[in-house]
Amino acid sequence: MSTAAVQFKRDARRLSADRRHREIINTALNKYAVKRDEKKALFQDWEGARQLAAEIKWEAVNHLDRYLEQFVRGLEARGTQVHWASTAQQARDLIVGIARSRNARSIVKSKAMTAEEIHLNEALEKAGFEVVESDLGEFIVQLREEAPYHIVFPAMHLTRGEIRETFEKKLHDAPSDEPEELTMVARRVLRQKYLQADVGITGANFAVAETGMISITENEGNARLTAALPKTMITLLGIEKVIPRLEDLALLLPMLATVGAGQLISGYNTMYGGPRQAGETDGPEEFHVVLLDHNRTALLADAEQRDSLHCIRCGACLNVCPIYRNVGGHTYGTTYPGPIGGVITPNLRGLQDWKHLSYASSLCGACTEACPVKIDLAHHLLQNRRNASQQKPSLWQKIAFKLFAPVANCRVLWILVTKLGRLGQKLHPLVLGKPFDPAYVWTKTRDLPPVAQQSFKEWWRQRP
Amino acid sequence: MVEATTISPKFECRNPREIRNPSRDGLWSALGFEPPAASHCMSERENIFGRIREALRLTAPQPGLHDAAPRSGKRVTDLLPAVGRSFDENVALFHKNAVELKAEFRLLSSAEELRVTLANLRDADGWTRAASHSGQLTDAACQALGLPVLLTDTAFDKIELEKCPVGITECDALVAQTGSVVVTNRSAGGRALSVLPPHHVVLARRDQLVAGLPEAFALLKARYGADYPSMLSFITGPSRTGDIERILVLGAHGPKKLTIFCL
Repeated sequence: MSTAAVQFKRDARRLSADRRHREIINTALNKYAVKRDEKKALFQDWEGARQLAAEIKWEAVNHLDRYLEQFVRGLEARGTQVHWASTAQQARDLIVGIARSRNARSIVKSKAMTAEEIHLNEALEKAGFEVVESDLGEFIVQLREEAPYHIVFPAMHLTRGEIRETFEKKLHDAPSDEPEELTMVARRVLRQKYLQADVGITGANFAVAETGMISITENEGNARLTAALPKTMITLLGIEKVIPRLEDLALLLPMLATVGAGQLISGYNTMYGGPRQAGETDGPEEFHVVLLDHNRTALLADAEQRDSLHCIRCGACLNVCPIYRNVGGHTYGTTYPGPIGGVITPNLRGLQDWKHLSYASSLCGACTEACPVKIDLAHHLLQNRRNASQQKPSLWQKIAFKLFAPVANCRVLWILVTKLGRLGQKLHPLVLGKPFDPAYVWTKTRDLPPVAQQSFKEWWRQRP
Repeated sequence: MVEATTISPKFECRNPREIRNPSRDGLWSALGFEPPAASHCMSERENIFGRIREALRLTAPQPGLHDAAPRSGKRVTDLLPAVGRSFDENVALFHKNAVELKAEFRLLSSAEELRVTLANLRDADGWTRAASHSGQLTDAACQALGLPVLLTDTAFDKIELEKCPVGITECDALVAQTGSVVVTNRSAGGRALSVLPPHHVVLARRDQLVAGLPEAFALLKARYGADYPSMLSFITGPSRTGDIERILVLGAHGPKKLTIFCL
């Protein structure tokens, strides 16, 4: 078992028995579910919207070369500097290099999962820069030196009391545990950071090919400030973010907000096409866009799972996943947790090391139904399992099926074994729950369903 | 419930890592070398495009494959939330959305009413200065306020702007469907004015109200298509966060208050 799998099992076992954790997550997600359904109901045809959104992303991802070229042409025409990174290391080096060449000292960042993916903050801090996360949730987890718990709600696992303690310890400023007052503490601290920062780093939700613009969705205004005040702006995004036309946002922005946060549209949806232009009086003097591959082209080459590049990182599949809701975001040990993480992580970071995430699923299909761009998540989890066992079959499974096959193929043996099973189950309560129970691996966390008292054939013969 | 997966033979399953660029790698290995590991920018671009084109030689299944009858061919306006057909219906819809978002919306009947309303707001909130940009509506508003005004049309000091209690801007459109205000850095005095001061006052004309998001994007395209400003922004309500226990707090980083006056 890989070290990641060992860590996953250990944390999952601990957290699924943690009632307090479950209560916090359920409270947060139940509130979200009410709002999400309210907003979904406003759409005239939500299912039609999902289909059209899926078609838009399909069109973009399946003509990625053409749309990327168009996107970059538009950006460069307005004086944006575009950089390409095949690996995480290249992206980190590029961004550190830009910050160094500008003699930057402090950097303000708005939320970007791509930056988490390449561990950008560590690289920038190691290079001697002060980096501050400006999204409130990200700011809180940064102070606590934790990874974000959720791709949309990074501090969902914390109570106001815990956040007050963090502020007290790190900022020496925590008047009470009222969310309003805590938010104002962060506002005061971060206002100064925006004004002082030399470089602003953002992510992007969409890349519009037609007009050569990135689009950022947020509620707090922190990305707006990050893109307005520092002299240099850097945007890091994955190559799969491209959409063909500007008007596609008319559909995608409200869908992202609806399933992402239970809002009809987020507070600020902003498109940036370049640095400060002639005649404009503010905004960055330089705008750099870093396009990241980091194994996305490998996922693109798998036609069967290519639609996982449609993902708009809304987090809807996390929110409905019974596994995510019980084991929590940190347990996955990846940038992208939940069903989408279980699909893409084994493909991006190694199938054998991360296949356990594809098994962390009840295959209920809730993720597939929740996905606004119709990624076939539940099937992709199964395909990962199939690919993993084809590549490296498990010895125990091989032995088990070797034993099962002759039994299932021989009538006499089958009858004997099922009869023995019925008898064995009568005696089972004597050892149930004890370590010497032969079915202990199963029964320590699950019920063993009873073997039917008669077989179908017996029932057929005895029917009146 | 999801049934066990069935794989159509059309979609060949390959381990993505086995796919390499044969035209590039083949040449090098024919010469007895390892393919080069490129490190600089221009060739990374080519490497990425090479991998994309190689990957796209396989066709992916169309979306909606698992649905009984994928619904397609509908126009976006028939999918998104319904909008009104008349101006009055859309004003009512915008108003309803604004109230829900905790923004303030007032439909004013005359320039005189705007002057009085602004003066009242100035006295109630104790403004001693304001920030704005030049424009037909904003000029009249600044005059009515009778306060020192920081204008963002020419180079300005961001520290001074941060100290202003209010930023007054015009806009490109109001969107009834979502209660959004559409601004660009050309129409609304730059990037910072509409987000840095704690109170954002938007001045709009009645003919700027559009029904839905598709109409708003069409309007932006018609107005700027040939030469887009470097920023387009849809502002919906005051700055907000729910990051602490999913409890709504206004004024996370941007304006705590958003007031929209429509003339």
